[in-house]
Amino acid sequence: MQFILRRLAFYLVAAWVAITLNFFIPRAMPGSAVDAVLAKFPQLLPPARKALEATLGTGNQGSVWSQYLTYLNHVFHLDFGASLSNYPTPVTTIVANGLYWTIGLVGVATVIAFVVGTGLGILAGWRAGGRLDRSLPGMMFLQATPYFFLALLLIQVFGITLHVFPVAGAYDGINYTPGWTWPYIANVADHAFLPALTIVVTSVAGWMLQMRNVMVTTVGEDYVVAAQAKGLSDRRVVFTYAARNALLPQLQGFGLAIGFVISGALVMEIVFSYPGIGYLLLNAAASKDTPLMQAIFLLITVAVLAANLLVDIVIVFIDPRVRTREANG
Amino acid sequence: MKALARLWRRLPGTAKAGVIMLGVFLLIAIIGPEVTPYNPSVTTPLQAAGPSGAHLFGTTQTGQDVLSQFLIGVRLTLELAFWVGLIATALAVIVGVTAAYAGGIVDEFLSLLTNVFLVIPALPLLIVLLGFLNGTSAGQGQLPVIFVLSILGWPWGARVIRAQALSIRSRDFIAATRETGERSWRIIGWDVVPNMISLIAASFVNTVLYAVGASVALAFIGLTDPNQWSLGTMLYWAQLGNALQIGAWWWYVPPGLAVALLGTALVLLNTGIDELSNPRLRDARSATKISNRRVWPTDPTPVLGALNGHRGLSGLARSFSRKSLIDEAAVSAGNAEEAGELR
Repeated sequence: MQFILRRLAFYLVAAWVAITLNFFIPRAMPGSAVDAVLAKFPQLLPPARKALEATLGTGNQGSVWSQYLTYLNHVFHLDFGASLSNYPTPVTTIVANGLYWTIGLVGVATVIAFVVGTGLGILAGWRAGGRLDRSLPGMMFLQATPYFFLALLLIQVFGITLHVFPVAGAYDGINYTPGWTWPYIANVADHAFLPALTIVVTSVAGWMLQMRNVMVTTVGEDYVVAAQAKGLSDRRVVFTYAARNALLPQLQGFGLAIGFVISGALVMEIVFSYPGIGYLLLNAAASKDTPLMQAIFLLITVAVLAANLLVDIVIVFIDPRVRTREANG
Repeated sequence: MKALARLWRRLPGTAKAGVIMLGVFLLIAIIGPEVTPYNPSVTTPLQAAGPSGAHLFGTTQTGQDVLSQFLIGVRLTLELAFWVGLIATALAVIVGVTAAYAGGIVDEFLSLLTNVFLVIPALPLLIVLLGFLNGTSAGQGQLPVIFVLSILGWPWGARVIRAQALSIRSRDFIAATRETGERSWRIIGWDVVPNMISLIAASFVNTVLYAVGASVALAFIGLTDPNQWSLGTMLYWAQLGNALQIGAWWWYVPPGLAVALLGTALVLLNTGIDELSNPRLRDARSATKISNRRVWPTDPTPVLGALNGHRGLSGLARSFSRKSLIDEAAVSAGNAEEAGELR
């Protein structure tokens, strides 16, 4: 319990640092941030300028300290103001819309990549030096391939040359209306296929490599040898003895990956013009839509921190070693 | 030179491949910009032409020579990654060693700082930072990207280096040096840091890898200076010029493939360093090749015994006898495995 409280305190500090960075970054930038932003949005009305000066800390707004307190107050009430590129839609509405798409697409792809990669890693680690194990350098190539480059290739082959899959957006807004109807869902799945494939192909190798390395060390442990000496079937030794213990670091990684689902495959989303969080953040950054940028950054950070905390808690429950260290320390 | 040759022989095959690939890229980076056939920015009427004798990699939609852009792009991308690797690794060593050596409240604070920066997601923060810098006078050239990548690239290395420095600090030879009245900075510079070279090297390679990936991604989405020809900006212009729609694969495949190969080379190199310092990860085949005996890759190696040496003679003896016991169990495990394979 004490361990969990300590971790909670740590993540609160981390969250505070992120929130504070978010406050100081625009203030530390050279030149007038407000003018730079407004140059991009000539159509903005004077009230928007006032609001922007308040968030970015220029003009006569009182001391930095009082600005900071106001800012904290806004953050706690999830009040990030209005988006500049879609003035005056509140930032929170825009973010909420993007969130669905990202969680659906990146979430599913992450789970698939994790399951496939871990399975392959178990096999490669069990037969270290075997045929699957020797394919690792090829896997590293896939892992080192930038997401977006693979995405470009997939678009070229499946979208433009073969015309099998759509290459942009999350659904066809002209012929389909959103709702729980089959044609619409099929259309969404159709649009999600290539982006999901990109994520799975580029991240499967990472899971495989990590699982393989832990598995190789576990296979040499005495209890695995003992299990084999008892004459248990290979399947039983692999899954209930070796893999079960090798899975712990993997689960930790999975928890973190779930946290990063929100940030999406940032760059991949822009290649496919997929309207998720990453796409929103990139557009916000490119158009200097500061309120939207800050809100998304905080959302991503909070998601990652929450996932970290969750992993810490789960590990305490499933790993007896952490519990004993707890009791002793 | 002799030491280098010995090191080369000990490297696993995959790591050798990584070193060779990296060497090719370094060669391109060094001589490439000197031999560019054209000015990469000059537009010509020959638009979006495929590879030919005059333009080996074809031309862009505005008639620029892709090969020239590529040669300069490799240089700029590597240059940036090298500087980021150097600065961030230096920061990591400074923070890690200081924390481990100073201990107490300084350690608490530096560790907290490291861990906080480790959990704050870097890429979104990079995008926010560059989003503000982009388009201002301070956002020109490579410097801002090098700066932001460096200040976000050190925490991982710092954490690993701190752990290692803590363990080295408690060794007997450090205590002995301290007894002779050596000053702290000399102990750090002459005794602690040289003992972590392989770890620092791994951390450097990792940081370079991160810098390549992040800088190309950031350039691709248009957050860096688009007038600099890096591999990332090439991809940015290709995307902007509808290279996909007009089927100009020669425009975006070279830079994309180069990034993928560069990344692979660095990953291979790093697993090589990893296996060199952690023999447990070496695969069974190379292990049997090293000695004639059937040796299982998970054997605890003598390195382990040597590490335990500081516990004193009895500790050494204990770890030695324990090692031989495990050794036998492991060899029998190897046999069981072999039997399993035969079945």
